[in-house]
Amino acid sequence: MNLEFSEEEKAFRAEVREFIENNYPQDIGTRGVQDEMSREDLLAWHKILGKKGWSTPAWPTEYGGTGWTPTQRYIWGEENARKNTVMPLPFGVSMVGPVIYTFGNEEQKAEHLPGIRSGDVWWCQGYSEPGAGSDLASLKTTAVRDGDDYILNGQKTWTTLAQHADWGFFLCRTDPDAPKPQMGISFILVDMKTPGIEVRPIKLIDGGHEVNEVWLTDVRVPATNLIGEENKGWTYAKFLLAHERSGIAGVARSKRGVEQLKEIAAGEMLDGKPLIEDMGFATKISQLEIDLSALEITELRTLAGEQAGKGPGPESSLLKVKGTEIQQRLTELTLEAVGHYGTPDFRSFPDDGSNDFPIGPDYAHHAAPTYFNMRKTSIYGGSNEIQRNIITKMILGL
Amino acid sequence: MDFDFTDEQNMVRDGISRLIREQYDFDTRRGVIASDSGWRPELWAQLAELGMLAAPFSEEDGGFGGATEAMIIMEEFGKGLAVEPFIPSVVCAGGALKHGGSSAQREEYIGGIISGEMVFAFAYAEPRGRYDLANLETTAKADGGDYVINGHKAVVIGAPWATHFVVTARTSGGQTDKDGVSVFVVAKDAQGVSTRDYATVDGRRASEVYFENVKVSGDALIGDADNGLPLIEKVVDEATAAVCAEAVGAMKVTNETTLDYSRQRKQFGTPIGSFQVLQHRMADMLMEYEQSVSMCYLATIKLDEDDATRKKNVSAAKVRIGQAARFIGQSAIQTHGGMGMTDELAVGSYFKRLSIIEGEFGSVDHHMRRHIALTAG
Repeated sequence: MNLEFSEEEKAFRAEVREFIENNYPQDIGTRGVQDEMSREDLLAWHKILGKKGWSTPAWPTEYGGTGWTPTQRYIWGEENARKNTVMPLPFGVSMVGPVIYTFGNEEQKAEHLPGIRSGDVWWCQGYSEPGAGSDLASLKTTAVRDGDDYILNGQKTWTTLAQHADWGFFLCRTDPDAPKPQMGISFILVDMKTPGIEVRPIKLIDGGHEVNEVWLTDVRVPATNLIGEENKGWTYAKFLLAHERSGIAGVARSKRGVEQLKEIAAGEMLDGKPLIEDMGFATKISQLEIDLSALEITELRTLAGEQAGKGPGPESSLLKVKGTEIQQRLTELTLEAVGHYGTPDFRSFPDDGSNDFPIGPDYAHHAAPTYFNMRKTSIYGGSNEIQRNIITKMILGL
Repeated sequence: MDFDFTDEQNMVRDGISRLIREQYDFDTRRGVIASDSGWRPELWAQLAELGMLAAPFSEEDGGFGGATEAMIIMEEFGKGLAVEPFIPSVVCAGGALKHGGSSAQREEYIGGIISGEMVFAFAYAEPRGRYDLANLETTAKADGGDYVINGHKAVVIGAPWATHFVVTARTSGGQTDKDGVSVFVVAKDAQGVSTRDYATVDGRRASEVYFENVKVSGDALIGDADNGLPLIEKVVDEATAAVCAEAVGAMKVTNETTLDYSRQRKQFGTPIGSFQVLQHRMADMLMEYEQSVSMCYLATIKLDEDDATRKKNVSAAKVRIGQAARFIGQSAIQTHGGMGMTDELAVGSYFKRLSIIEGEFGSVDHHMRRHIALTAG
């Protein structure tokens, strides 16, 4: 057993660190929370990485992947977390991309993969519906074949950042009479400029506009946009969800979050002493750090298994549950730590174009919205209850 | 970075695992802990013969390994709830001697431990000291070239089976000073040593050990006089990592037993394993176990690093594993229902051992405080 990185891996880390230092757009990181950013801001680093060939590190090399080992990808993630970079969005890179190169035909690969790599095409995911969340298979949006086209009707929801999207990948019911609900679903790529698509913002409890409803009314899509076989979409959807969960633990970002929390707790005062010296609060921080250590080693064990040829299996559910619980606790403690100045709604201050908020320390401004926003992590990507079901079935065999 | 074991380490695991499987089934254990002696000296001899008592020592001391070997062995001990004194004799006393002993002491005593002829107990805790290793009322007064030891050591695990003790005593300073702690080897049959022996709730044996004007020669001192605390801290950290490994083994069996039971036991006409609330509890038990395995590895790997790194990681592991031990133990009893309360099923014995491990070498709160002291600010 050895937790040290090899010399090659250390050299790789140095190379990555230098690249980020020299190439990350300096003005992005300080502009505030991610959902306040423009499309250009969100894509800037993606485009730089696309030119370097590093935007899709996990893809097979024949489709433009890097050939990095799982450990190298872990290092890549750590170094980006260290600088708090705005990483390429997962919808193209981690979700539809792998579906296209695994199940798509040559035309689809040629048409779509380059735009995902370069960051020129923004994708969104049309999975959830008002009546189909964790029970995704009960979705109702229909795609009816009409000559060379499908005609789509229905409503999707929780569609993240669809307001910026060029393309979407949608799960639609193509056979309403299939013996099981999973069996009549197809995976269809949709140009978001097609007539009949309406994207309506959903305002969330953190005050931001991150997700949307997408209404589909007689949307005519070429049948050539079908991925794989008709009615086999559930297979591709499950494949995609497994991909989505790997890397969801967020260890590196949480480590950075703990450091920030400690800085805040060192500055805030309680009974004339720094909050970090209060045994009650210090215990919560240490507990978080300890749980994060356990998660980190568990993730490294999973990576080591992956490197030895065991693909990401149901243990990704464990990483999802524990990782998101830690992310949530981190935001809880940060809100606790900032005290009074967690209360003002910084969005209510007049926007004079500057980042200088008139009151309280800078670190307090996003504490409450971030805490509110991060409640999503135990809900999305298959709720943590669903992850426990997966562990129960796939690992415990019940 | 890798989590693989060497061929030699895999052989250690195979050897100890086979021995425990073949000779330590639950009924045998029940008979052993109820017997007069409370352990199996013949098994100890077999362990020595298989080289297991040498496994954590370096080659120059007659062994072939280190902390990882101790971890592997204790994990298997935990699976079988073996009561034999591997931690007191090999990890604690052996550790004190290998890190602090003179070459003569190492040859004599480590040689005796490895051969199984000497069995050590580790007399470090005191009735009023709680987990503070420096809080010592036991004294050792210099008397010419000798020392005279007086004091009372609490709950000395394995003492009824011991031939020797490693004892901590104050040679100078106030009761809780960090300086002034010294470490000695004392033969159990030395003049003035007496014990009150008893069984522990988790099936082991222990003693209150009393030292009344026990005279030992200067050769009995391990390491430097007055500077024994860093040595004892290191040894206790190694023992903590080892007991974490034991907990991991016990948790594994507890989870498997609970899972099996949930498949067989029917209520409302269906196996209780089909109830989602119990499924999610067992998913949580699995996650607690996997996190514990990770922390056990981490603590073991960091044992040879600098003091602060070692302490921080050992404390993190003991916190996490103490919490997991409580959750898994209690959940296993709850899932077994009334049957979990009976002495008949093994699950109760695993629960009891896990509950005691929570407090061994420091409770969750103790290690949380140490972790805070090492990381805050």
